[in-house]
Amino acid sequence: MTTPSVSTFDGCGAGSSEQQKVRPAFLAVYLLLGIAFGFVLSRAEVISWFRIQEMFRFQSFRMYGIIGSAVVTAAISVALIKRTGLKSVSGESIAIPRKPLGSGIRYAAGGTIFGLGWALTGACPGPLFALIGNGVSVMIVAVVSALAGTWVYGWLRPRLPH
Amino acid sequence: MATWIYKEWPWYVAGPLIGLFVPALLIAGNKVFGISGNLSHLCAAIAPGKLELFRYDWRKAGLWNLVFLAGVLIGGFLAFHGGPAQEIAISAETRTALARLGIHDFHGVAPHELFTWHALLTLRGFVSVVVGGFLVGFGTAYAAGCTSGHAISGLANFELPSLIAVFGFFAGGLAATYFILPIVLGGL
Repeated sequence: MTTPSVSTFDGCGAGSSEQQKVRPAFLAVYLLLGIAFGFVLSRAEVISWFRIQEMFRFQSFRMYGIIGSAVVTAAISVALIKRTGLKSVSGESIAIPRKPLGSGIRYAAGGTIFGLGWALTGACPGPLFALIGNGVSVMIVAVVSALAGTWVYGWLRPRLPH
Repeated sequence: MATWIYKEWPWYVAGPLIGLFVPALLIAGNKVFGISGNLSHLCAAIAPGKLELFRYDWRKAGLWNLVFLAGVLIGGFLAFHGGPAQEIAISAETRTALARLGIHDFHGVAPHELFTWHALLTLRGFVSVVVGGFLVGFGTAYAAGCTSGHAISGLANFELPSLIAVFGFFAGGLAATYFILPIVLGGL
Protein backbone atom coordinates (compact mmCIF):
# COMPACT_ATOMS: atom_id res chain seq x y z
CA MET A 1 0.00 0.00 0.00
CA THR A 2 3.04 2.24 -0.05
CA THR A 3 3.55 2.45 -3.78
CA PRO A 4 2.37 5.89 -4.78
CA SER A 5 2.62 5.28 -8.49
CA VAL A 6 -0.53 3.51 -9.37
CA SER A 7 -0.85 2.25 -12.87
CA THR A 8 -4.59 2.23 -13.27
CA PHE A 9 -4.16 0.58 -16.63
CA ASP A 10 -2.70 -2.49 -14.99
CA GLY A 11 -5.42 -2.23 -12.40
CA CYS A 12 -7.68 -3.24 -15.30
CA GLY A 13 -10.79 -1.51 -16.46
CA ALA A 14 -10.01 1.69 -18.25
CA GLY A 15 -8.66 3.75 -15.37
CA SER A 16 -8.79 7.48 -15.12
CA SER A 17 -5.83 9.61 -15.96
CA GLU A 18 -5.09 11.58 -12.83
CA GLN A 19 -5.62 10.04 -9.47
CA GLN A 20 -6.65 12.92 -7.32
CA LYS A 21 -8.36 12.55 -4.03
CA VAL A 22 -12.10 12.50 -4.51
CA ARG A 23 -14.02 14.84 -2.25
CA PRO A 24 -16.82 13.23 -0.24
CA ALA A 25 -19.43 15.39 -1.95
CA PHE A 26 -18.36 13.88 -5.26
CA LEU A 27 -18.75 10.38 -3.88
CA ALA A 28 -22.46 11.14 -3.49
CA VAL A 29 -22.54 12.08 -7.18
CA TYR A 30 -20.92 8.77 -8.13
CA LEU A 31 -23.37 6.90 -5.93
CA LEU A 32 -26.33 8.57 -7.63
CA LEU A 33 -24.88 7.94 -11.07
CA GLY A 34 -24.34 4.30 -10.12
CA ILE A 35 -27.94 3.97 -8.94
CA ALA A 36 -29.14 5.42 -12.22
CA PHE A 37 -26.87 3.05 -14.14
CA GLY A 38 -28.09 0.00 -12.24
CA PHE A 39 -31.68 1.03 -12.94
CA VAL A 40 -31.01 1.61 -16.64
CA LEU A 41 -29.18 -1.74 -16.97
CA SER A 42 -32.17 -3.47 -15.42
CA ARG A 43 -34.74 -1.80 -17.68
CA ALA A 44 -32.53 -2.33 -20.71
CA GLU A 45 -32.64 -6.01 -19.71
CA VAL A 46 -28.94 -6.35 -20.59
CA ILE A 47 -28.57 -8.03 -17.18
CA SER A 48 -30.69 -10.93 -18.39
CA TRP A 49 -29.10 -14.28 -19.25
CA PHE A 50 -31.98 -14.73 -21.70
CA ARG A 51 -31.10 -11.52 -23.57
CA ILE A 52 -27.42 -12.47 -23.73
CA GLN A 53 -28.34 -15.85 -25.20
CA GLU A 54 -30.63 -14.14 -27.70
CA MET A 55 -27.71 -11.89 -28.69
CA PHE A 56 -25.15 -14.66 -29.13
CA ARG A 57 -27.69 -16.59 -31.19
CA PHE A 58 -28.35 -13.53 -33.39
CA GLN A 59 -32.08 -13.85 -32.82
CA SER A 60 -32.85 -10.25 -31.99
CA PHE A 61 -31.49 -6.84 -32.91
CA ARG A 62 -32.14 -5.52 -29.41
CA MET A 63 -28.73 -6.04 -27.74
CA TYR A 64 -26.89 -4.86 -30.84
CA GLY A 65 -29.10 -1.78 -30.98
CA ILE A 66 -28.39 -1.05 -27.32
CA ILE A 67 -24.62 -1.50 -27.51
CA GLY A 68 -24.38 0.24 -30.88
CA SER A 69 -26.41 3.29 -29.86
CA ALA A 70 -24.53 3.46 -26.54
CA VAL A 71 -21.20 3.59 -28.40
CA VAL A 72 -22.46 6.22 -30.86
CA THR A 73 -23.83 8.38 -28.06
CA ALA A 74 -20.61 8.05 -26.07
CA ALA A 75 -18.42 8.74 -29.14
CA ILE A 76 -20.34 11.91 -30.02
CA SER A 77 -20.14 13.06 -26.40
CA VAL A 78 -16.39 12.38 -26.19
CA ALA A 79 -15.78 14.19 -29.48
CA LEU A 80 -17.76 17.21 -28.25
CA ILE A 81 -15.89 17.24 -24.95
CA LYS A 82 -12.55 17.13 -26.79
CA ARG A 83 -13.54 19.82 -29.24
CA THR A 84 -14.82 22.23 -26.62
CA GLY A 85 -11.94 21.54 -24.22
CA LEU A 86 -14.46 21.17 -21.44
CA LYS A 87 -13.19 20.86 -17.88
CA SER A 88 -14.67 18.55 -15.33
CA VAL A 89 -16.77 19.85 -12.45
CA SER A 90 -13.87 18.91 -10.20
CA GLY A 91 -11.72 21.32 -12.23
CA GLU A 92 -9.50 18.88 -14.12
CA SER A 93 -9.04 18.96 -17.85
CA ILE A 94 -10.75 15.93 -19.29
CA ALA A 95 -8.52 13.32 -20.86
CA ILE A 96 -9.12 9.67 -21.68
CA PRO A 97 -5.83 7.79 -21.46
CA ARG A 98 -5.30 5.57 -24.47
CA LYS A 99 -4.58 1.94 -23.79
CA PRO A 100 -1.19 0.74 -25.05
CA LEU A 101 -1.58 -1.85 -27.78
CA GLY A 102 1.56 -3.89 -27.10
CA SER A 103 1.34 -7.19 -28.89
CA GLY A 104 -2.43 -7.10 -28.53
CA ILE A 105 -2.44 -10.62 -27.11
CA ARG A 106 -3.86 -9.58 -23.76
CA TYR A 107 -6.89 -8.02 -25.47
CA ALA A 108 -7.53 -10.97 -27.76
CA ALA A 109 -6.93 -13.68 -25.17
CA GLY A 110 -8.38 -11.85 -22.17
CA GLY A 111 -11.33 -10.72 -24.25
CA THR A 112 -12.06 -14.26 -25.38
CA ILE A 113 -11.84 -15.63 -21.84
CA PHE A 114 -14.21 -12.92 -20.63
CA GLY A 115 -16.54 -13.70 -23.54
CA LEU A 116 -16.78 -17.31 -22.42
CA GLY A 117 -17.72 -16.15 -18.95
CA TRP A 118 -20.14 -13.56 -20.29
CA ALA A 119 -22.14 -16.22 -22.13
CA LEU A 120 -22.03 -18.69 -19.23
CA THR A 121 -23.11 -16.29 -16.46
CA GLY A 122 -25.15 -14.15 -18.82
CA ALA A 123 -23.61 -11.15 -17.14
CA CYS A 124 -20.67 -8.81 -17.43
CA PRO A 125 -19.29 -7.18 -14.25
CA GLY A 126 -21.85 -4.35 -13.93
CA PRO A 127 -24.85 -6.63 -14.41
CA LEU A 128 -23.42 -9.13 -11.90
CA PHE A 129 -24.02 -6.53 -9.22
CA ALA A 130 -27.29 -5.28 -10.69
CA LEU A 131 -28.53 -8.90 -10.65
CA ILE A 132 -27.86 -9.18 -6.92
CA GLY A 133 -30.04 -6.09 -6.52
CA ASN A 134 -32.63 -7.76 -8.73
CA GLY A 135 -32.95 -10.59 -6.26
CA VAL A 136 -30.70 -13.14 -7.99
CA SER A 137 -28.75 -13.57 -4.78
CA VAL A 138 -26.70 -16.53 -5.99
CA MET A 139 -24.77 -14.02 -8.09
CA ILE A 140 -22.93 -13.19 -4.86
CA VAL A 141 -21.11 -16.46 -5.52
CA ALA A 142 -20.39 -15.37 -9.11
CA VAL A 143 -18.90 -12.12 -7.78
CA VAL A 144 -16.68 -14.00 -5.30
CA SER A 145 -15.64 -16.30 -8.12
CA ALA A 146 -14.90 -13.30 -10.36
CA LEU A 147 -12.72 -11.84 -7.59
CA ALA A 148 -10.88 -15.16 -7.44
CA GLY A 149 -10.45 -15.00 -11.21
CA THR A 150 -9.02 -11.49 -11.06
CA TRP A 151 -6.70 -12.52 -8.21
CA VAL A 152 -5.45 -15.57 -10.10
CA TYR A 153 -4.75 -13.33 -13.09
CA GLY A 154 -2.68 -11.08 -10.81
CA TRP A 155 -0.78 -14.15 -9.67
CA LEU A 156 -0.19 -15.57 -13.16
CA ARG A 157 0.46 -12.23 -14.79
CA PRO A 158 4.27 -12.48 -14.91
CA ARG A 159 3.94 -15.75 -16.83
CA LEU A 160 1.25 -14.69 -19.31
CA PRO A 161 1.87 -13.12 -22.71
CA HIS A 162 0.69 -9.53 -23.02
CA MET B 1 -47.28 5.23 -11.33
CA ALA B 2 -46.36 5.60 -14.97
CA THR B 3 -45.98 2.23 -16.62
CA TRP B 4 -42.67 3.05 -18.35
CA ILE B 5 -40.92 2.91 -15.01
CA TYR B 6 -41.31 -0.84 -14.76
CA LYS B 7 -41.61 -1.99 -18.33
CA GLU B 8 -38.65 -2.88 -20.51
CA TRP B 9 -37.25 0.13 -22.35
CA PRO B 10 -36.78 0.03 -26.13
CA TRP B 11 -33.19 -0.27 -27.34
CA TYR B 12 -33.13 3.29 -28.71
CA VAL B 13 -33.89 4.64 -25.24
CA ALA B 14 -31.75 2.26 -23.20
CA GLY B 15 -28.68 2.38 -25.46
CA PRO B 16 -28.19 6.17 -25.59
CA LEU B 17 -28.88 6.39 -21.84
CA ILE B 18 -26.10 3.85 -21.20
CA GLY B 19 -23.79 5.80 -23.52
CA LEU B 20 -24.43 9.01 -21.57
CA PHE B 21 -22.65 7.57 -18.51
CA VAL B 22 -19.37 8.09 -20.38
CA PRO B 23 -19.66 11.91 -20.58
CA ALA B 24 -21.40 12.06 -17.20
CA LEU B 25 -18.40 10.52 -15.41
CA LEU B 26 -15.90 12.51 -17.45
CA ILE B 27 -17.69 15.75 -16.68
CA ALA B 28 -18.23 14.92 -13.02
CA GLY B 29 -14.62 14.15 -12.23
CA ASN B 30 -12.57 13.15 -15.29
CA LYS B 31 -13.39 9.52 -14.61
CA VAL B 32 -13.37 6.89 -17.32
CA PHE B 33 -16.43 4.66 -17.32
CA GLY B 34 -15.38 1.05 -16.69
CA ILE B 35 -16.76 -1.44 -14.21
CA SER B 36 -14.28 -4.31 -14.14
CA GLY B 37 -11.48 -2.24 -12.57
CA ASN B 38 -13.53 -2.63 -9.40
CA LEU B 39 -12.66 -6.32 -9.25
CA SER B 40 -9.00 -5.31 -9.00
CA HIS B 41 -9.81 -2.60 -6.46
CA LEU B 42 -11.61 -5.19 -4.33
CA CYS B 43 -8.66 -7.59 -4.62
CA ALA B 44 -6.34 -4.74 -3.63
CA ALA B 45 -8.59 -3.93 -0.67
CA ILE B 46 -9.23 -7.46 0.56
CA ALA B 47 -6.28 -9.66 -0.35
CA PRO B 48 -3.42 -7.95 -2.19
CA GLY B 49 -0.94 -10.56 -0.95
CA LYS B 50 2.44 -10.03 -2.50
CA LEU B 51 1.01 -9.53 -5.97
CA GLU B 52 2.35 -6.43 -7.65
CA LEU B 53 -0.92 -5.90 -9.55
CA PHE B 54 -2.81 -5.25 -6.32
CA ARG B 55 -0.20 -3.21 -4.45
CA TYR B 56 -1.65 0.25 -4.94
CA ASP B 57 -3.77 2.74 -3.08
CA TRP B 58 -7.20 1.40 -4.02
CA ARG B 59 -8.97 4.18 -2.14
CA LYS B 60 -7.29 6.84 -4.21
CA ALA B 61 -7.59 4.98 -7.49
CA GLY B 62 -10.93 3.32 -7.16
CA LEU B 63 -13.08 4.47 -4.26
CA TRP B 64 -15.21 6.55 -6.62
CA ASN B 65 -15.76 3.50 -8.82
CA LEU B 66 -16.58 1.20 -5.90
CA VAL B 67 -19.15 3.75 -4.75
CA PHE B 68 -20.54 3.81 -8.31
CA LEU B 69 -20.69 0.00 -8.21
CA ALA B 70 -22.56 0.03 -4.89
CA GLY B 71 -25.01 2.33 -6.65
CA VAL B 72 -25.42 -0.21 -9.47
CA LEU B 73 -26.53 -2.79 -6.92
CA ILE B 74 -28.97 -0.34 -5.33
CA GLY B 75 -30.27 0.68 -8.77
CA GLY B 76 -30.93 -2.97 -9.55
CA PHE B 77 -32.78 -3.30 -6.26
CA LEU B 78 -34.94 -0.27 -7.01
CA ALA B 79 -35.72 -1.55 -10.49
CA PHE B 80 -36.67 -4.94 -9.08
CA HIS B 81 -38.98 -3.44 -6.50
CA GLY B 82 -40.23 -0.69 -8.80
CA GLY B 83 -42.87 -2.81 -10.40
CA PRO B 84 -44.26 -6.23 -11.16
CA ALA B 85 -41.72 -8.80 -12.29
CA GLN B 86 -42.08 -9.52 -15.96
CA GLU B 87 -41.03 -12.27 -18.21
CA ILE B 88 -38.20 -11.19 -20.49
CA ALA B 89 -39.77 -11.05 -23.94
CA ILE B 90 -37.12 -12.96 -25.85
CA SER B 91 -37.76 -14.13 -29.39
CA ALA B 92 -39.62 -17.35 -30.06
CA GLU B 93 -36.53 -18.86 -31.73
CA THR B 94 -34.44 -18.27 -28.62
CA ARG B 95 -37.12 -19.86 -26.46
CA THR B 96 -37.18 -22.91 -28.67
CA ALA B 97 -33.40 -23.18 -28.73
CA LEU B 98 -33.18 -22.86 -24.96
CA ALA B 99 -36.03 -25.29 -24.37
CA ARG B 100 -34.04 -27.81 -26.40
CA LEU B 101 -31.21 -27.31 -23.91
CA GLY B 102 -33.51 -27.99 -20.99
CA ILE B 103 -34.39 -24.43 -20.00
CA HIS B 104 -38.14 -24.28 -19.43
CA ASP B 105 -38.59 -21.61 -16.77
CA PHE B 106 -38.69 -18.22 -18.46
CA HIS B 107 -39.74 -16.19 -15.42
CA GLY B 108 -37.43 -13.54 -14.07
CA VAL B 109 -34.20 -12.15 -15.50
CA ALA B 110 -32.20 -15.38 -15.32
CA PRO B 111 -33.36 -19.00 -15.56
CA HIS B 112 -34.11 -20.62 -12.22
CA GLU B 113 -32.73 -23.90 -13.54
CA LEU B 114 -29.26 -22.34 -13.38
CA PHE B 115 -29.21 -19.34 -11.07
CA THR B 116 -30.53 -20.38 -7.69
CA TRP B 117 -28.63 -21.53 -4.59
CA HIS B 118 -30.11 -24.96 -5.09
CA ALA B 119 -28.93 -25.14 -8.72
CA LEU B 120 -25.40 -24.33 -7.55
CA LEU B 121 -25.11 -27.95 -6.49
CA THR B 122 -25.80 -29.17 -10.03
CA LEU B 123 -23.11 -29.28 -12.71
CA ARG B 124 -24.91 -26.80 -14.98
CA GLY B 125 -25.55 -24.37 -12.14
CA PHE B 126 -21.95 -24.63 -10.93
CA VAL B 127 -20.54 -24.04 -14.41
CA SER B 128 -22.87 -21.07 -15.03
CA VAL B 129 -22.19 -19.33 -11.72
CA VAL B 130 -18.78 -20.40 -10.45
CA VAL B 131 -16.88 -21.22 -13.65
CA GLY B 132 -18.56 -18.39 -15.55
CA GLY B 133 -17.85 -15.90 -12.77
CA PHE B 134 -14.21 -16.96 -12.59
CA LEU B 135 -13.78 -16.49 -16.36
CA VAL B 136 -15.40 -13.05 -16.15
CA GLY B 137 -12.94 -11.99 -13.44
CA PHE B 138 -9.88 -13.53 -15.06
CA GLY B 139 -10.74 -12.39 -18.58
CA THR B 140 -11.57 -8.80 -17.71
CA ALA B 141 -8.39 -8.43 -15.67
CA TYR B 142 -6.29 -9.93 -18.47
CA ALA B 143 -8.02 -7.81 -21.13
CA ALA B 144 -7.91 -4.75 -18.85
CA GLY B 145 -11.59 -4.03 -19.32
CA CYS B 146 -15.06 -5.37 -19.89
CA THR B 147 -18.13 -4.38 -21.85
CA SER B 148 -18.14 -0.91 -20.29
CA GLY B 149 -14.41 -0.12 -20.40
CA HIS B 150 -13.72 -1.60 -23.83
CA ALA B 151 -16.97 -1.97 -25.77
CA ILE B 152 -18.32 1.43 -24.74
CA SER B 153 -15.58 3.75 -23.41
CA GLY B 154 -12.81 2.31 -25.58
CA LEU B 155 -14.73 2.08 -28.85
CA ALA B 156 -16.16 5.57 -28.29
CA ASN B 157 -12.55 6.80 -28.06
CA PHE B 158 -11.61 4.82 -31.22
CA GLU B 159 -9.04 2.63 -29.54
CA LEU B 160 -7.71 -0.40 -31.41
CA PRO B 161 -7.03 -2.44 -28.22
CA SER B 162 -10.72 -2.14 -27.34
CA LEU B 163 -11.79 -3.27 -30.81
CA ILE B 164 -9.56 -6.36 -30.47
CA ALA B 165 -11.04 -7.01 -27.02
CA VAL B 166 -14.61 -6.72 -28.33
CA PHE B 167 -13.86 -9.24 -31.09
CA GLY B 168 -12.55 -11.49 -28.32
CA PHE B 169 -15.76 -10.99 -26.27
CA PHE B 170 -17.79 -12.27 -29.19
CA ALA B 171 -15.44 -15.09 -30.09
CA GLY B 172 -15.63 -16.35 -26.51
CA GLY B 173 -19.37 -15.76 -26.23
CA LEU B 174 -20.12 -17.64 -29.43
CA ALA B 175 -17.84 -20.51 -28.44
CA ALA B 176 -19.57 -20.83 -25.06
CA THR B 177 -23.04 -20.56 -26.62
CA TYR B 178 -22.54 -23.11 -29.38
CA PHE B 179 -19.99 -25.52 -27.93
CA ILE B 180 -19.94 -25.35 -24.14
CA LEU B 181 -23.58 -24.68 -23.21
CA PRO B 182 -24.97 -27.59 -25.28
CA ILE B 183 -22.64 -29.96 -23.41
CA VAL B 184 -23.15 -28.47 -19.97
CA LEU B 185 -26.91 -27.91 -20.25
CA GLY B 186 -28.00 -30.61 -22.59
CA GLY B 187 -25.66 -33.51 -22.32
CA LEU B 188 -25.29 -34.04 -18.62
